[in-house]
Amino acid sequence: MEAKIEYLGRLTIFVRQVLGKMFAHPWRRHLFWQQSLFIGYDSIFIIILTGSATGAVFGLQIGGVFSFFKAEGFIGGATGLALVKELAPLVSGFVLAGRVGSAITAELSTMVVNEQVEAMEAMGIDPLHYLVVPRVWAAVFTMPFLCSVFIFVGMLGVYFVGSGIFAVSEGLFMAKIVELVKTSDILFGLQKMALFSAIIALLACYHGLHPLKGAEGVGLATTTAVVQMLLVILIADVLMSYLQVNLNL
Amino acid sequence: MITFEAVKKRFGQKVVLDGLSFHVEPGKITFILGKSGEGKSVTLKHILGLMEPDAGRVVVDGRSVAEMNPEAVKNYRRRFGMLFQHAALFDSLTVYENIEFPLIEQNPLPRRQRHARIVEVMQQVGVVGSERAYPSELSTGEKKRVGLARALAPRPDFLLYDEPTTGMDPLIAEMIDRLIVKVARENPHMTSVVISHDLKAALATGDHLIMLYQGKVVLAGAPPLFRESEDPVIRQFFSGSVHGPMLFM
Repeated sequence: MEAKIEYLGRLTIFVRQVLGKMFAHPWRRHLFWQQSLFIGYDSIFIIILTGSATGAVFGLQIGGVFSFFKAEGFIGGATGLALVKELAPLVSGFVLAGRVGSAITAELSTMVVNEQVEAMEAMGIDPLHYLVVPRVWAAVFTMPFLCSVFIFVGMLGVYFVGSGIFAVSEGLFMAKIVELVKTSDILFGLQKMALFSAIIALLACYHGLHPLKGAEGVGLATTTAVVQMLLVILIADVLMSYLQVNLNL
Repeated sequence: MITFEAVKKRFGQKVVLDGLSFHVEPGKITFILGKSGEGKSVTLKHILGLMEPDAGRVVVDGRSVAEMNPEAVKNYRRRFGMLFQHAALFDSLTVYENIEFPLIEQNPLPRRQRHARIVEVMQQVGVVGSERAYPSELSTGEKKRVGLARALAPRPDFLLYDEPTTGMDPLIAEMIDRLIVKVARENPHMTSVVISHDLKAALATGDHLIMLYQGKVVLAGAPPLFRESEDPVIRQFFSGSVHGPMLFM
């Protein structure tokens, strides 16, 4: 228990330190673009794949239920709402935690084990500012964009299922989306994703910069980071959804 | 001048530095000797301000390192170059970029001047031709030389070597020892501090030697003083025998 409290304390200090350096000079734009390419561009394919599959599967399942009530026309609207508010941020958060978060932790912890972070400190360069800040900015900017891509391809998946299997017309499909999905819902989903992005980047960097020694430490740090990212994303998701429903945020 | 004034440091129950006092003469090559686990690397980290003493002071050019504010520590560290035990080159950067790194981060120079300085230090350590190679493509000796070039590039006042020849074959170790002397002679303003357990190299290349044992200085002085010393710890270290006052745990 004591160790867990100590861990939470260290993590809180780390997050506070990073947030305090987010606007500090110098701006290393090249590192931001480098990380944005890695996090954003390199993840597009997997996001398209999971997004279209999630949309199609959800469309199939919900279409089966709706057809029972002769309400297939609602497939687009209902799935759109679920994708925008819940499925897209959560599933893309999980996918990105696995792909991006684990890679960040493995990279940073390898740097620590090979004394590269210490070399940076010895040169008078702050590793939090050099290594963590560009990754957090890149994650917070690019992951909500990836979430938008997820929503778009997810909707395409639903559309093909709706029109191909349940014979829903394009007009009805679009009309129900416009009727049920509001701009505030889309913003809520993207806000959620921005929070998940910060969680992924901060936890990945924290565990990356605090591994146990040796190759085993790198593996352990990566596993711990990914597990914690998934759990914290779930908890944050529950809290945000609760606040949204109850306080109408 | 670097001065240790009764520095104490412990990790849990283990006392590593037990009232350590010595000084390092400017412009000389000083070897800090001792068997593994005697706190040599800890001593180096105290010089750089990466660790703070539990008691005592580390004073560099009249200023106590522990009393500096974070900004002053950052500027203070920029006066040092350090060659790490395993070179600690950045894996993701080429040889050229590794050497360029402190020149960009510490004191941004115009590109042309930067390039001229990189070429100069590469020639100094003999790694011309491997500019585009990545650290993983280099031999151990080459990595050390590139690490040395990176440390030298910003023209530091102090150059620290952490076990520069550990784990190397005798030929490469000899080459690195010669390089330490060459670099020191070509940069007479620079103070070199070498952490090592290689007594033969220390006697051949050092101007001043400091022998640590049980967190204290056993003997400090010029190489002839060590050759003539009758101190049993020094004699045992010379002979490399396990029999003697020095304990091996």
